[in-house]
Amino acid sequence: MTLVESRNITKVYQAGEVSVKAIKEVSFTIDEASFVAFVGPSGSGKSTLLNMIGCLDPPTSGTLRVAEQDISDMGRSRAADFRGKNIGFVFQDFNLIPVLSVFENVEYPLIMVQDWASDKRRKRVSELLEAVGVADQTDKYPRQISGGQKQRVAIARALVTNAPLVLADEPTANLDRKTAERIIDLMKKMRDEFGTTFIFSTHDPRVVKNAEIIFTLEDGRLIRQHTGEGGNHA
Amino acid sequence: MRNIVKIAARNLWRYKRRTLLTSLLITLGVVSVLLFVSVSGSFRNMMVGQITDSMIGHIQIHKKGYLSSMDSLPLDRNLSEKQVKKIRKLLADNSDIKAFSSRIRLGAMFSNFSETTNIRLAAVNPEMEMKTVPLLAARILKGKKDGLIGRGEVLIPELIAKGMKVKIGDSIVLVANNKDGSVNGQTFTVRGVLEGISGPGGRDGVMHIQDARELLRIDSKEVSEVAIRLKDMDRLQMVYDGLKQKLGSIKNKKGKPIFEIHTWEKLSPFYNIARMIDLLTLFIKVMLVAIVLVSIMNVMIMAVYERINEIGTIAAIGTKPGKIMALFVTEGLLLGILGTVFGVALSLGGIAWMNASGLSFNFGRQKGLLLAPTIGATEIIIVAGIVVAIAVLGSLQPAIKAARMDPIKALRHI
Repeated sequence: MTLVESRNITKVYQAGEVSVKAIKEVSFTIDEASFVAFVGPSGSGKSTLLNMIGCLDPPTSGTLRVAEQDISDMGRSRAADFRGKNIGFVFQDFNLIPVLSVFENVEYPLIMVQDWASDKRRKRVSELLEAVGVADQTDKYPRQISGGQKQRVAIARALVTNAPLVLADEPTANLDRKTAERIIDLMKKMRDEFGTTFIFSTHDPRVVKNAEIIFTLEDGRLIRQHTGEGGNHA
Repeated sequence: MRNIVKIAARNLWRYKRRTLLTSLLITLGVVSVLLFVSVSGSFRNMMVGQITDSMIGHIQIHKKGYLSSMDSLPLDRNLSEKQVKKIRKLLADNSDIKAFSSRIRLGAMFSNFSETTNIRLAAVNPEMEMKTVPLLAARILKGKKDGLIGRGEVLIPELIAKGMKVKIGDSIVLVANNKDGSVNGQTFTVRGVLEGISGPGGRDGVMHIQDARELLRIDSKEVSEVAIRLKDMDRLQMVYDGLKQKLGSIKNKKGKPIFEIHTWEKLSPFYNIARMIDLLTLFIKVMLVAIVLVSIMNVMIMAVYERINEIGTIAAIGTKPGKIMALFVTEGLLLGILGTVFGVALSLGGIAWMNASGLSFNFGRQKGLLLAPTIGATEIIIVAGIVVAIAVLGSLQPAIKAARMDPIKALRHI
């Protein structure tokens, strides 16, 4: 079943009097429980596309549907609500909240974005921390754990709301090779376990290698879609 | 909400030094205001008490036009016996009035048989006067205080006692002009010396009202003024308005009002000082508002600027703008509360210390007045309310900025 559907989306940025077309009539579909990578050189439009799929930036034209909803033209508050229910984010710099413990960071979306009951919330957070392998770090603060552990916590936070889609912008860029591979394996395991779709933007060949579908962007255009080593369908 | 408070508190604790310095600034502001309000309020109340309870009373009633010519102590503007009766009935029926005293004010020549000078006198019924101005007896520096004044006696002001070298028990002669222009003189015994205080009548002598009637050859029970003491000073304006309305309805044959009524505020120049104290208090409160506003705004603008990336993160994962705003407003609110709590605690400690150490001051010729600063719960609540409200107001602009931040730009911020 299709989770993301893009039809001729274009993104134009206005820089003074100059218009810059960051994305040019891009169309694609992504099914549920996919492991997808957007690749391309810097400035090719990977992050812009991810921002649009993540309902952070609306397309200038075209139609973009995520989880059966047209997200092409949503207001700030509705967009925030949609993201809170349907999309998890994993950032290159982990972006954990420094004043919250590992447990509280994962718990944050269930308190501030959704409104889960305390018992249910604690159970869910504990499950996720167990699943990503940082159950022994719950009371520590982000400054007290390693980069790999931070990214595991970030993945748990992205998954905690049962969002069908997780967007990861360069998730392994700040990790060493061994840790990066473990994170990719973890994400794949999470996909298998929870049926969550993972979409990455990446330069990292290790991530690309593990993707099932690879979209190659160049100068804002989608120039290629092919099956990666991690998958078996195009 | 509990979670917003928890996160806000931790964010404040993240920048301990800044939080403590800002709270300290707010604390200093609160302490300054509360101490000033308590000390100035204590001074004000003490002085008002001195003036009303030892001389003026809370309210005075005169015949229309008396006050404007009060300096010459005109006997032809006295209240007639009939008018006094009307006033007495009105006052006796008023449950807000504790006591009232009728007085004749007169000017006389004061002679010690070798020298002569002018003296102003208030002739009173001692029982009524003691009830109306209970601190008058306390102004007797030398001589008997019980009973205030007897027939054939006079209390003379300190300056005349010194200037004329008159002692207690000495005989003196008072010579006064009567209403009809004739002159009469009588011998009196100096019963005591009165401490002078600021304001009208503050340097007047005191004699018995019956003696004054004899000296002035007044046959009827006419008086110059009726001084009134209220049960509750806080109801001054209400009682004044009520009496003014009733007295105003009593008119002469020409249809004009017979009486005039004034509160102590109109009669004493100290009221202007009291107004100045009130204005200074207001000014200090405005300063506090400025301190809180600037310090909270500064801290919150810094907090937003330093946490742009974090704001982008929480916005991206779905935190609604309203909650982001609430988070920053709560930080400002907590800072305000922290500063206020410390400020109020320190102020109460300071007030207790001042009371325990018995601070005294001099005011004019009055020496060693004991300062007893107090502060009411209402004043504390008002000051705390102002600080907390301004803290919220000061954090609104940065909070709105944070809530309106574009998540993408915020996430890109380094």
